[in-house]
Amino acid sequence: MLRKGIALAVFGLALVGTPALAATTSEEPKDIHWSFEGPFGKFDAEQLQRGYKVYREVCSACHSMDLMYFRNLGQKGGPFYDPKYPNPIQNPYVKSLAADIKVKDIDSETGDDIQRPATPADKFPAPFPNEASAAASNGGKAPPDLSVMAKAREGGPAYIYSILTGFVPPPRGLNVMAGRYYNPYYPGDVSSFWTGPKDQVPKGGFIAMPPPLAPNKVTFDDGTPSTVANEARDVAAFLAWAAEPKMEERKEFGLGAMIYLLIFTGLLYASYRRIWRDVSH
Amino acid sequence: MSGHSTYEPKTGFERWLDMRLPIIRLAYDSAITFPTPKNLNYWWTFGGILALCLGIQIVTGIVLAMHYVPHVDYAFNSVERIMRDVNYGWLIRYMHASGASMFFLAVYVHIFRGLYYGSYKAPREVLWILGCIIYLLMMATAFMGYVLPWGQMSFHGAVVITNLLGAFPLVGNAITTWLWGGFAVDDPTLNRFFSLHYLLPFVIAGVVALHIWALHVPGNNNPTGVNVKSKADTVPFHPYYTVKDSFAIALFLILFAFFVFWFPNALLAPDNSVRANPLVTPQHIVPEWYFLPFYAMLRSVPNKLGGVVTMFGAIALLFVLPWIDTSKVRSMRYRPTMRLYFFIFIAVCLVLGWCGAHEPADAVIPNVTTFTLGDYDLNSMVWLSRVATLYYLAYFLIITPVMGLTETPLPIPESISEPVLSHPASGPVAAAAATKKG
Repeated sequence: MLRKGIALAVFGLALVGTPALAATTSEEPKDIHWSFEGPFGKFDAEQLQRGYKVYREVCSACHSMDLMYFRNLGQKGGPFYDPKYPNPIQNPYVKSLAADIKVKDIDSETGDDIQRPATPADKFPAPFPNEASAAASNGGKAPPDLSVMAKAREGGPAYIYSILTGFVPPPRGLNVMAGRYYNPYYPGDVSSFWTGPKDQVPKGGFIAMPPPLAPNKVTFDDGTPSTVANEARDVAAFLAWAAEPKMEERKEFGLGAMIYLLIFTGLLYASYRRIWRDVSH
Repeated sequence: MSGHSTYEPKTGFERWLDMRLPIIRLAYDSAITFPTPKNLNYWWTFGGILALCLGIQIVTGIVLAMHYVPHVDYAFNSVERIMRDVNYGWLIRYMHASGASMFFLAVYVHIFRGLYYGSYKAPREVLWILGCIIYLLMMATAFMGYVLPWGQMSFHGAVVITNLLGAFPLVGNAITTWLWGGFAVDDPTLNRFFSLHYLLPFVIAGVVALHIWALHVPGNNNPTGVNVKSKADTVPFHPYYTVKDSFAIALFLILFAFFVFWFPNALLAPDNSVRANPLVTPQHIVPEWYFLPFYAMLRSVPNKLGGVVTMFGAIALLFVLPWIDTSKVRSMRYRPTMRLYFFIFIAVCLVLGWCGAHEPADAVIPNVTTFTLGDYDLNSMVWLSRVATLYYLAYFLIITPVMGLTETPLPIPESISEPVLSHPASGPVAAAAATKKG
């Protein structure tokens, strides 16, 4: 009875209420399964290799990865890890991947600026010399660094996947500025660009990145079909690895630590019971 | 420290040292033979857990400081480098970051335990106040530590919190400028925060020593709140409480390990994985979970200075609690009405935390708008936190003093030994005694 009364009162108050203010909205990231989820999850090396190819051939044109070194690709848990080369600097495949890329250096004899092939000890080179030039070449907004992107957004890799696969034509009634693209998964507030009914403002925001992926944009060496979904999933997995390259080591270590702690706790409980058995408490 | 020392030096060296610096005697008396009430429950194990937390933070922190670079251009990357290139750096850093949350979790349990069982009441007022000082130092240390990775939330959190001090009339701006070492949060701020973040844990360790000293003078309170009357009420600290505390610590470490190894980022804001950029303000600036109740109180007052005063006042009330509480009975076990208000108080603290995590205008009941009362809709986080803040203040200023004078407590046991028949002894000694009686 009381509950009914409260419900009626709340409903009554709702009728005289004022509409909520517009705020940042976005669609929930797509629900997608990853091999590296959960306490036992591991990265799929082949997926990381494909993901690296997507980054290298598409993303790296605009996005830096300042925290990544070519050697990371060959370290334990990395996409090109080879147990024959525990030191990734010596991994020939990583060496050849690095050598494909030119990095800036100086000539040690003359001090002149030169370009030379990268070695595994080199950082991934940035596509732009500085943030101002990155912004100038990309519609006034510098593309963010991707090193820890998978940790830097709510939803992590699922968010990255959703953005990459989420570009849709803007709904009728939504005016999109030149150089901006509507994406329902990108957090934003599009209400001031919306001419439709006030209570049906589309979720999402305008992103400065044009849809980067397309079918067959990257040719996967293992024959995986080059759909946008596959490309997006693989590069999101690669970025998840890049953000947490020690994740597998951490989970394995954690399993051992947890087993040890459980046994140790059991022993302590037995000791506790034994020591206290003569005391009424 | 209380009672006579029963330590007898066994070797020549111990006798020699005991005449000059009786440090072994001190350790023996305070950690081995120290008479401890035999009815302490698991809520009493959090003191030991907290000592471990402080130890973990100091040890991991010292190692992190070997690799960290306190400079606005390098701090963010240096933290990431620790996780990528330092041997077991991920373990050390995640232990330190999750460790802060674990530390606060344990300290909140410890504080609520003290509130429930009246551990702040005479003769333990100084012990309680030292605890409040430790808590304040922990808050300062945790806040400055959160700034060090120089992520977006680090930077903008630092801006928001340091700006609060600017609310004080006349001296406010001078204080913030002095604190920042300039006219904005910048490199000098980061450097001094690093310096103080390294210093304060050792200050905490010093106050912890005083806290333990002040504990060992009157001895432990206990769940009945009744003073120790005879030797039958106590057991020696070792092995009885060393083993019980160790068991509780091991359980706590399982929870700790769960976060460190499997969900290390669950307690960290994604925005802090974005390098600090003074020109881009994050959508929601939210402090760490352990500050959220105070953050909600701060925002519940429309006036900035009023909010700051309310927030600090909420902590200041803890310091004077021993003199606010008029009850003759320590433990709320025998105060059924007060106990109810106490459980509401805990719920209110959780509600405040929940409000602090949301935007002030967010609806409490989703998709329902009522009417605007003053500045916000009635169905908003800010109004809920106003109600909760009022309860928080009333709990200390009205309920605690009035209840102590008006309530009728339940009968209190004569001694600790009397009501402890829930776990009768079960070992051979007790069995033999029972047989003899029979």
